Amino acid sequence: MSLKYIGLQEINGPLVAIEGVEGASYDEVVSIETDGGETRTGRVVTLEGDRAVIQVFEGTNGLSLKNTRIRFTGHPMELPLSGELMGRIFNGAGRPIDGLGEIFPEKRQDINGLPINPVSRVYPRNYIHTGISSIDALATLIRGQKLPIFSGSGMPHNELAVQIVRQARIAGDEGKQFGIVFAAMGVKNDVADYFRRQFEESGTLSRVVMFLNLSNDPIIERILTPRCALTAAEYLAFEKNMHVLVVMTDITSYCEALRELSSSKNEIPGRKGYPGYLYSDLASLYERAGMIEGREGSVTQIPILTMPNDDITHPIPDLTGYITEGQIVLDRALHAAGVYPPVSTLPSLSRLMKDGIGEGFTRADHPALSNQLFASYAKVQDARALASVIGEDELSDVDKLYMQFGKRFEQEFLQQDPHENRTMEQTLELGWNLLSILPATELDRVDSETLQKYYHPASAAQA
Amino acid sequence: MSYIYGIRGPVVTVKGDTPFSMQEMVLVGREKLIGEVISISGPVTTVQVYEETTGLKPGDPVEGTGSPICVTLGPGIVANIFDGIERPLRQIAEQSGSFIARGVDIPALDPARRWDVTVTAKVGDTLAGGQIYATCPETSSITHKCLVPPDLTGEVVSVSPDGAYTVHDTILTLKTPAGEQVPLTLCQRWPIRTPRPVKARHPIETPLLTGQRVIDSLFPIAKGGAAAIPGGFGTGKTMTQHQLAKWCDADLIVYIGCGERGNEMTQVLQEFSELIDPKTGRPLTDRTIMIANTSNMPVAAREASIYTGITLAEYYRDMGYHVALMADSTSRWAEALREISGRLEEMPAEEGFPAYLPSRLSEFYERAGYMETLGGAEGSVSIIGAVSPQGSDFSEPVTQNTKRFVRCFWALDKSLAYARHYPAINWLSSYSEYTSDLANWYHARLGEAFFDYRGELLRLLSEESRLMEIVKLIGADVLPDDQKLVIEIARVIRVGFLQQNAYHAVDTYVPLEKQMRMMEAIVRVYRAAKKLVERGVPVSRIAEAGAFDTLGRMKYDIPNDHLEQFDTMLKTLEGKLREIEQSFSQM
Repeated sequence: MSLKYIGLQEINGPLVAIEGVEGASYDEVVSIETDGGETRTGRVVTLEGDRAVIQVFEGTNGLSLKNTRIRFTGHPMELPLSGELMGRIFNGAGRPIDGLGEIFPEKRQDINGLPINPVSRVYPRNYIHTGISSIDALATLIRGQKLPIFSGSGMPHNELAVQIVRQARIAGDEGKQFGIVFAAMGVKNDVADYFRRQFEESGTLSRVVMFLNLSNDPIIERILTPRCALTAAEYLAFEKNMHVLVVMTDITSYCEALRELSSSKNEIPGRKGYPGYLYSDLASLYERAGMIEGREGSVTQIPILTMPNDDITHPIPDLTGYITEGQIVLDRALHAAGVYPPVSTLPSLSRLMKDGIGEGFTRADHPALSNQLFASYAKVQDARALASVIGEDELSDVDKLYMQFGKRFEQEFLQQDPHENRTMEQTLELGWNLLSILPATELDRVDSETLQKYYHPASAAQA
Repeated sequence: MSYIYGIRGPVVTVKGDTPFSMQEMVLVGREKLIGEVISISGPVTTVQVYEETTGLKPGDPVEGTGSPICVTLGPGIVANIFDGIERPLRQIAEQSGSFIARGVDIPALDPARRWDVTVTAKVGDTLAGGQIYATCPETSSITHKCLVPPDLTGEVVSVSPDGAYTVHDTILTLKTPAGEQVPLTLCQRWPIRTPRPVKARHPIETPLLTGQRVIDSLFPIAKGGAAAIPGGFGTGKTMTQHQLAKWCDADLIVYIGCGERGNEMTQVLQEFSELIDPKTGRPLTDRTIMIANTSNMPVAAREASIYTGITLAEYYRDMGYHVALMADSTSRWAEALREISGRLEEMPAEEGFPAYLPSRLSEFYERAGYMETLGGAEGSVSIIGAVSPQGSDFSEPVTQNTKRFVRCFWALDKSLAYARHYPAINWLSSYSEYTSDLANWYHARLGEAFFDYRGELLRLLSEESRLMEIVKLIGADVLPDDQKLVIEIARVIRVGFLQQNAYHAVDTYVPLEKQMRMMEAIVRVYRAAKKLVERGVPVSRIAEAGAFDTLGRMKYDIPNDHLEQFDTMLKTLEGKLREIEQSFSQM
């Protein structure tokens, strides 16, 4: 049944209100015909008696109160899905924009998804090898994890994401099907193009599904973009048994779109004007990562967000960090010093790595090594703070070694070429070589046995 | 007949002629989604719905149930995992698959399962509220005691023989003074927002031991107490909660995953089924009740999950058990309050939170306590709530208000977490007001020396923090030797004592006696070394003798069940110090 209404009561920003509606349901999709015969899509956001408030995805430009026709479709926003998704490009609302025609759907799925039952989840344990030392050793990416990149404008988060996508291999499962879902939310055209070119160059384009909502596209569509992308990812993972890596950029634009919409609905704002439900809303995206019992595939998320003014306490990175399983933080000072990838070691973290590394996964010494690197690098910061006051020459001998360790850690361990793909062995060896700069008594996170096996002061000198 | 008038996210307004009452449970729409009445004004009733409201239509029917939101209490709760309104997630998975569908109607307790019941009441007995009339083994660790509902008194007029019964079979019939015959089954219902009554509140005097050194020795929590763990993301709140759930000496754990990650709940499920409870030798799941309302599950049910959890905890307390409740995280619960308050267009107070946030928090934390139950037994509920302050800023409303209602505060510190010092409990800003309440207990168990050592440790740590201010400016080299010694020994305390490795077989749980011996070792070596330093021995000499390294590694080197090795270690260390003293006086 599809009911059609003519005329609107009110147009306000992206919202229109219509009265005299019967039988509309909450969250239902409507199609809107304008004066000029153009068709737009919208969604019911509030119902009160016979009055419905609808948000229009493409914006309300050119709509008039009188001659706009509204048709209720009777179902929530759905995405057509089939195995043919791979290699295709869609707009933010899930319509093809690559000129290759519509998808012939095997099924349609509500883009809001449903929460995964915690008892049906499989706890993620298999690590994904990225070939990037700072990630593999210190913030290991695990299959089924959500690990965001916290960056700032002007930092190479896109390069890093591309490198992860290019080099990511699942340990132990090389042959399994691997897919990438890319969601662009409010990014510039050049950025989307950069990703497309990079996927093309690395020969992965045929394994990528792209959802593009560029910075000049309507903001309401931006709210649908990640949901469409994740619906596609869940379908590929749980029905087509693929290991799907979802790259979403830029979450900050997404949240701003949400704020814009919230304020046009006259909602009571929470912190910094963002709606009070920002946490729940972000969680409804991020929690769609994981693995499910009895299904072979997995959804791994790498959301990218640019921290406004590099402020990690801003609500967007703050709430994200509370939901995601760790974060990779990029650091402007390291970037300025020419280190790529400029991964800020101390605040970066992978919550799932503790169960996915070590004996039987990577190597038995991995947990101790990463712990020690964190602890030692934390001391480097103290030594540097001291050196900035009293001068490096006045430092104690141990502090001088810490200065040396810190410098080489950044230049040899963190620093690597965007095309360099280090094996786990190489990364771990490099870590031990650097730790061997320090006296053994300083390595208090390592038990004596491991220390004996890997601590070689001689190799530090020649590395 | 009432019907839906308006829909706004999880909040639905209802018109019609049904006389709803406040906090009544209602069934909304054709799918009969569960909701709760949160305000009534004239013809309009406002309902918060515990499931996604997508697809609801104005005009859909709304039915009242005549009672507030209740939980079903009976055998089958322990070792189970529920959502925020006590629906069993395992059965939901069986019915609706890996994703949670809407409108599933599954009873909390398996109606088909038979329990091996021993009836303890006899015909002619007079039973009052809270008294036990039957027992059955619920899991290998917990014996379920069926209690007469608190508001009921009467004479037993008939009993069933011992045997296997389902939760709905009648076990006995009571005749109330009014002459009414009330059948009692294995289960009863209780509204989640009403605390279960007790006979009396007892003073707090027993610690809840956790095996975590920084907690048991420095900032202890009491059985029946309430503690808060605030910390920014990545500081290890969840890790600390897991450690406490695994090792604390409560009889039963209620673990509430309130608006947190799905994978974490899965981890708890898996890990707890593999871990063995040191007290009973049975899997930890056998003494755990889990409530999982992950961040992407409906927000109104998240608000309810805290109350569901505490009601289950109180029920087992009434049987005479010591229950520890972990809520991870209360901030998500407060945010759910804020979200619903916003949808109701209430006037916001601080940071958009409703003005009634503090009163809701206090109501919740006051449900903790060491009680004498109606049945005359002793039981306790201890609450450990994680707080996730926005932007790691402890001045935000949830942390500040929580601080007013808990007496134990374990502040997690970002810089400690960055240096991977776990548990990242900051020893300068944390406190426990229970220390004095528990003094008698500690004296009796460990002797007077305990508070001497504890005080010395805290003094050294605060001294170190003062010295570090100087070191940051001019370096450690210029300090006089007695202050260098403080810095060295404080490092031993930090690395060797406070820091505890949750993944190390020996270190993950440390009995109180070993904690005591460790403190003793540190303080004795410090006092001996201090004498040497006063005589002019440089600290570097003491360090070269390996004194600090040995102390730093004793947590790994000395097994938990071979405490006599402390004597050997101390003998060796003190011997070495004497040697230094002798060689120094000869020079």
